[in-house]
Amino acid sequence: MRTKKVTFRHRWLPYALVAPQIVITLVFFIWPASQALYQSVLRQDAFGLRTEFVGLANFARLFADPLYLESFFTTVWFSALVAGSSMLVALVLAVMADRVIRQATTYRTLLIWPYAVAPAIAGVLWWFLFNPTIGILAYALEALGYDWNHYQDGTDAMTMIVIAAAWRQVAYNFLFFLAGLQAIPKSLTEAAAIDGAGPVKRFVTIQLPLLSPTVFFLIVVNVVYAFFETFGIVHATTAGGPGNDTVILVYKVWRDAFEGLNLGSSAAQSVILMAIVIALTAIQFRYIERRVEY
Amino acid sequence: MVERRPLLTFTQHAVLIVGAAIFVFPIYLAFVASTHTGTEVNRGLPLLPGDQMQENYAIVLGEGLSTAGAPPIGLMLMNSTIMALAITLGKLAISLLSSFAIVYFKFPFRVLAFWTIFITLMLPVEVRILPTYEVVAQLGMLNSYAGLSIPLIASATATFLFRQFFMTVPDELTEAARIDGAGPMKFFRDILVPLSRTNIAALFVILFIYGWNQYLWPLLVTTDESYYTVVMGIQRLANSGDQLPQWNLIMATAILALLPPVIVIIVMQRLFVRGLVEVEK
Repeated sequence: MRTKKVTFRHRWLPYALVAPQIVITLVFFIWPASQALYQSVLRQDAFGLRTEFVGLANFARLFADPLYLESFFTTVWFSALVAGSSMLVALVLAVMADRVIRQATTYRTLLIWPYAVAPAIAGVLWWFLFNPTIGILAYALEALGYDWNHYQDGTDAMTMIVIAAAWRQVAYNFLFFLAGLQAIPKSLTEAAAIDGAGPVKRFVTIQLPLLSPTVFFLIVVNVVYAFFETFGIVHATTAGGPGNDTVILVYKVWRDAFEGLNLGSSAAQSVILMAIVIALTAIQFRYIERRVEY
Repeated sequence: MVERRPLLTFTQHAVLIVGAAIFVFPIYLAFVASTHTGTEVNRGLPLLPGDQMQENYAIVLGEGLSTAGAPPIGLMLMNSTIMALAITLGKLAISLLSSFAIVYFKFPFRVLAFWTIFITLMLPVEVRILPTYEVVAQLGMLNSYAGLSIPLIASATATFLFRQFFMTVPDELTEAARIDGAGPMKFFRDILVPLSRTNIAALFVILFIYGWNQYLWPLLVTTDESYYTVVMGIQRLANSGDQLPQWNLIMATAILALLPPVIVIIVMQRLFVRGLVEVEK
């Protein structure tokens, strides 16, 4: 790893400078993570008096547990819906905004602010709009002949949290799509236009292929978001219900630890989540290396 | 625009305006709900603002929803501000210092220090919920501002960003400073930090929003209501048990909770965009 050609010399100063960050990292990141690894191979009895080493039994139990597998598929389905819908909407808006010249910044202002809204707040807003008795959207759906009830219908509840999660993420995706589109040299689209390619053809054959690095990057970011940052939406609104239909993995780790008090299982779930983050981060970094070449 | 196509231009503006309207729609209705009485909202939501705005916001800010066992929102807003600022300033300070050390000094364990910081990227609080809670509990930091902020202030992204920027600072500046007899800390204070102004400001916007919007962490470390933050506290109002939720007051709270970060993003839009794109590079 590079340093500057011209550096300073000091016996203890560099250590003092990195110390605050390193201490916080060790105490609040690395130590807890290693504790999770350690506890994931232990089992505690109900009173916390005895612990025994059980090897990978906690993991084996998780993968044999239909509730955990269900939560796994719920999370995968949820993140696919969030990533897919928010990216599609953002792409359409970005393509439209890219063509506009004069009011581009005005539209950007109008479209990026939802990113500042916390997921939990976004959840509460849509929870209110969809409320079966007083929500305006539930009312509109009823007028169309659909009986909306996210307290009883799992699909309705899932739709609600997907909309809330995607609503604020569109802003983020829009920004990156717009930046990606504006980085495409105008000469390319102009040359295509002179050759007689219309806007749709230009989009499919020029802009979309050149956007593919952005698309790939955003898929990873959106999946990370849906997996790990949407806890607030579920906790503040559906609380996993109805039944277990909206129990995403992070919510399940939290619930098993703080309400179920099942330490070994919760630790094993933490370890699985860590593996997922590490895999996603690795994919993201491989991609960044490629982008530098690009 | 490559060619003139009036119909397409019209469609574009139409799509963008409809899109923007759909985004504002939930906020608008939340605002409308927050200006009516509870009974009016429960009867079926009106579409135009009512006349209860002052009353509702005064109740929410001053008294809170005592029935839900939550403190006044004014206190929660203050807690959120303290937490967000502590996280933001803390992250900026320790990242500036450690990237300065990593770029401008050669010392044993330098690479190890870098990778230790890097690892924090892969360990968000969501994946180590219980053990982190236990550490904070053992340190006696539950229900305190320190507990709300310090465990979150390690930052790999800010450290990377400053490192990247420091690498582009010309070596001539360092040489000149050394010839003039400036020590490392004087160089850091008088040259490096002022040069990093724009980066600091851009990161400030991103980190403030990150800090303000924390949910899981405050939920874990606060049981004492006087330390509730507004983003986390709102679920206590929305799930108030058997009682009918007071939607007009909940929506007033939601508006108050989302206003500060939204204002920051709109006012500092250029810095925000720049910061976001840089951080993700």
